Amino acid sequence: MRYVDEYRDGDKARALATAIAASCEPGRRYSFMEICGGHTHTIYKHGLEDHLPEAITLVHGPGCPVCVIPMGRVDDAIALAEQPDVILTSFGDMLRVPGGRGSFLDSKAAGADIRMVYSPLDALKVARNNPEKRVVFMAIGFETTTPSTAMTILRAEAEGIENFSVFCNHVRVVPAITAILDSPDLRLDGFVGPGHVSTVIGCEPYEFIARDHGMPLVCSGFEPLDILSSIHGLLQQFADGRCEVENEYARVVPWAGNPKALAVIDEVMEVRETFEWRGLGWIPDSAMRLRPEYARFDAEQIFGVPGVRVADPPACQCGEVLRGAIKPWECKVFGTACTPETPIGTCMVSSEGACAAYYNFGRFSRSRVKEATAP
Amino acid sequence: MSPHETTAGWAEEAVREHAGSPHPSREEQVLERIARARARKPRIREERITLSHGAGGKATHTLIEAVFLEAFRNPLLEPLEDGASLVTAAGRLAFTTDSFVVSPLFFPGGDIGDLAVNGTVNDLAMCGARPLYLSAGFILEEGFPVADLQRIAASMARAAEAAGVQIVTGDTKVVQRGKADGCYVTTAGVGMLERDVVLSAAAARPGDAVLVSGPIGDHGITVMLARGELDISADVVSDTASLHGIAADLLDAAGDGVRLLRDATRGGVATICNEVAVASGVAVVLEEKALPVRPVVNGAAELLGIDPLYVACEGRFVAVVAPEQVAAALAALRAHPLGEGAVRIGTVGEDPPGLVLLRTAFGGTRIVDLLVGDPLPRIC
Repeated sequence: MRYVDEYRDGDKARALATAIAASCEPGRRYSFMEICGGHTHTIYKHGLEDHLPEAITLVHGPGCPVCVIPMGRVDDAIALAEQPDVILTSFGDMLRVPGGRGSFLDSKAAGADIRMVYSPLDALKVARNNPEKRVVFMAIGFETTTPSTAMTILRAEAEGIENFSVFCNHVRVVPAITAILDSPDLRLDGFVGPGHVSTVIGCEPYEFIARDHGMPLVCSGFEPLDILSSIHGLLQQFADGRCEVENEYARVVPWAGNPKALAVIDEVMEVRETFEWRGLGWIPDSAMRLRPEYARFDAEQIFGVPGVRVADPPACQCGEVLRGAIKPWECKVFGTACTPETPIGTCMVSSEGACAAYYNFGRFSRSRVKEATAP
Repeated sequence: MSPHETTAGWAEEAVREHAGSPHPSREEQVLERIARARARKPRIREERITLSHGAGGKATHTLIEAVFLEAFRNPLLEPLEDGASLVTAAGRLAFTTDSFVVSPLFFPGGDIGDLAVNGTVNDLAMCGARPLYLSAGFILEEGFPVADLQRIAASMARAAEAAGVQIVTGDTKVVQRGKADGCYVTTAGVGMLERDVVLSAAAARPGDAVLVSGPIGDHGITVMLARGELDISADVVSDTASLHGIAADLLDAAGDGVRLLRDATRGGVATICNEVAVASGVAVVLEEKALPVRPVVNGAAELLGIDPLYVACEGRFVAVVAPEQVAAALAALRAHPLGEGAVRIGTVGEDPPGLVLLRTAFGGTRIVDLLVGDPLPRIC
């Protein structure tokens, strides 16, 4: 596959692995957080850690859109789906996320009309094709997907589609990183920075991390070679005595971001004063809502969402996993009470969740298998 | 020797190793606890059936074991093979059944009719049987076009003739509009087990080779794209075909070196390998570079975020073969028109038992687990 296979090349990976090992200062250990769930997924799916020396630990960050949705918002969405004549549309990843009283899938099996879509435009199509129904789109995601939700609302307005609305759960990455940086139980050396989010917001918003917190960040693509070269870039900064924001993903990420996408977001949405994140609690300025001018497309305005607050299950340590304070397998319920079939926490649901990635791809003894599967 | 025969060679070496440190780390202790939890008898927790129960992954296995096996338990059912093997005065018979709910009913390369015939013929062929007779049951929705039903019946007749079987009994039910989606078909079939071989998912042994008869994922991707929900088009057609001929050729050539055959339908090659790993108490180690996936299927799967290892085929199968018979088996497969793309994709090992590992093209190792949830509902 062109434009993909060249970033998954085993020979190039081995060459980079050698360079990475050579760049590590002897006796020093490094902890790097990859912020995006997409990176976590890539790391486990391709067995990337097999190429890293023991001195480097990868810490999985909060950038999994599904993982950060609190249980109360799932319950709110189910309450929407249970209203008369409502079709709730959602990305497939959300369907199995447990709320306080079951998941979308459970609600669907009990009779609610919940449909999987691949994009907000698909949801708009459902609205167009079902004029007698009220179609709600469960909008989730970081700045990567926010513009497409905003665009869809503009499209609905332009086409005069009045039976479409959005339950907006879009979140912002920088406040989440700030929350991580302020967390007392974490010691990091640097960040593998967001990829697709940065195509929208650019690299400038991360400069405070290097400047104020003394940690380098390299924006990285999602192929395994991207991640290896970003790690190499971080180590080079240490070797050179630099601390900067760098852009490994320049083939996609412009330094200043995408002004058109940012303008569309700004047209339709505004920043919420505060928003609840799964496991991380309330974070100021961390999410978006529709502007009052677009209230007729805002499910929270149209339907009167109950605003359910559900405390995370006491056994669940998703918060510590999302902050990178513990590895997935260190959670008390990992793999026994909490599995992808019967998830307690969100991190076990999404393919981008650290727990699911580790359980599905990495749940074997590396020491037993590593030598055994060496070519 | 072709490159594909050698690519999995590392794995043979690999799995002979049985390291296991005497003092397991904290992580290893957690992994052992998880392995024990997974070995427990499955319990169905949901109050209602969800689409996951039909996906061929973990939920399907739990449903079958916790509901059906629990209720029907008997020695013929218990192995949960593709078909049951019955001993009669006339000889050994294989008996199987399969239902088809594919949407759309017609797709490039086939339709629900030939799928329904080939699916049951293939289940018999995978038991090592010569397929003989089929039944066909139809559940039709009020308002369904008769012309479509005739087209489906004609397609079933053609597929039956090609497979050398007769459809000798049937049933029809019509339900009110809205109570079914056009047409569902159920077929059952019997065949003669004429060979002295026992094929079983529990028969794999360390050192065996894992073969696949051709490119994987064509059917699933074709049906997914044929729904037109994705605005993606690709030049790919279903691989639906009856496999009794190629299976017979393989059994003729590799004899009792063949441990098991499984057609890679719902859940794909990954699910079969997991069934083998668990039933035989072995590790299955796959080589990503050796997996035969057409570029167009790979591209569509990449866009959809689906792993081709889990995508259904309707005319491909996995064979586990003893090491000394691998060359003969591959030669026999490649000599058949349906097996030109046959390759070795992996090796059976000892450790860790019950797991499927994939050595990635990138040079890492990961697990290939049973799938949770259903990325592609109603593919067959």
